[in-house]
Amino acid sequence: MRHLGLRMFIIDFNKLRFLVCDDNAHMRRILRTLLHSFGAREVYESEDGATALEMYSHYVPDIVITDWSMPIFDGLELAQMIRQPDGAGNPYAPIIMLTGHSEKRRVMVARDAGVTEFLAKPISAKGLYQRILNVVANPRPFIKTKNYFGPDRRRNTNAAYIGVERRTGGNAEVVQQPSLLDKARSGN
Amino acid sequence: MARKPPAEIKVDTFADHQVISQPNPLRKMVRYSEEKNIDDPVARAEKALAGLSGEFEDWMRIECERLSNAHAAIQREGLNTENREELFRAAHDIKGDAATFGYPTAAAAAESLCRIIEHAPDFAQVPDELIVHHVNAIQAIYREQSRIEAAGMADELSKKLRGVADEYLIHVNRDRPEHLEAIMSPSIVPEG
Repeated sequence: MRHLGLRMFIIDFNKLRFLVCDDNAHMRRILRTLLHSFGAREVYESEDGATALEMYSHYVPDIVITDWSMPIFDGLELAQMIRQPDGAGNPYAPIIMLTGHSEKRRVMVARDAGVTEFLAKPISAKGLYQRILNVVANPRPFIKTKNYFGPDRRRNTNAAYIGVERRTGGNAEVVQQPSLLDKARSGN
Repeated sequence: MARKPPAEIKVDTFADHQVISQPNPLRKMVRYSEEKNIDDPVARAEKALAGLSGEFEDWMRIECERLSNAHAAIQREGLNTENREELFRAAHDIKGDAATFGYPTAAAAAESLCRIIEHAPDFAQVPDELIVHHVNAIQAIYREQSRIEAAGMADELSKKLRGVADEYLIHVNRDRPEHLEAIMSPSIVPEG
């Protein structure tokens, strides 16, 4: 819930379907508790990336919340498998990566795998809610290049940027998806 | 379980990239209200988390046992890829969970241990006492929390461990600039 003057912006969690992937049972319990408290009814859980991928195809979740560090098939690989533009599943679902890794190098790797949002541990109810609100209300367009498919990694246009424009073949016009927050603010 | 396919997708093609947009598929999950006194979902979730807190001490005990077992396996079997990874995962989980469970200084000590495992060029060459001190400190912070937290000792202990670990990592990575940068750079992920 976000307050916009007298209007309040509310997510109907009971309509959202979540897939949670974490090898740690305690963290899964915490995430499930938080999501149910927000009002979510459909929360599917997996303790490894491979099972999560199967569940992703079967349950078609609206939002995926995954840990990074897991044995064998980790959250990074899960993101890469979901972000297959020519695959059979939905490649566009928001992926929130819950991670204890917070170094720049790691974050760049996850971003380049198509992760939508990061949430650093220790987890908080407010932090999780804000990430969900962001992916629900402010979806970013997807970019497909020779070696990337995922949400636009440019969250903002930087007028002060003076480097080389890496996207060629046009003025890199980005078609924004309508922001529900903006609509709410304008009162339409 | 199948849901409707995503709404119509618009693709703008440029020379070396495509911009793909579609009507927000989650739009119908959002509504606006002008009602007052709506139940705050964050407050509700915090309350639910507080309701779980009675289990946190036991969960922390389990995490500490796992770390201790992982370290014992290395001492018993000698270092191998599996037991090294298990030690890292056990420490990494404590780094992520312990603050939620009420043991933030144990999380800090576990983070220091994770950094050693991740950035030491050859883990087999890491002085055993450095690992032992981290494992023992995490156990002590858990067991003696009320006593040593009150005395400010836990914070001092975890900071001292981090200092010694960083000094070691900077020394052994003096010829590996990419690791040095990672060791010395701050987190760029917003706090949860």
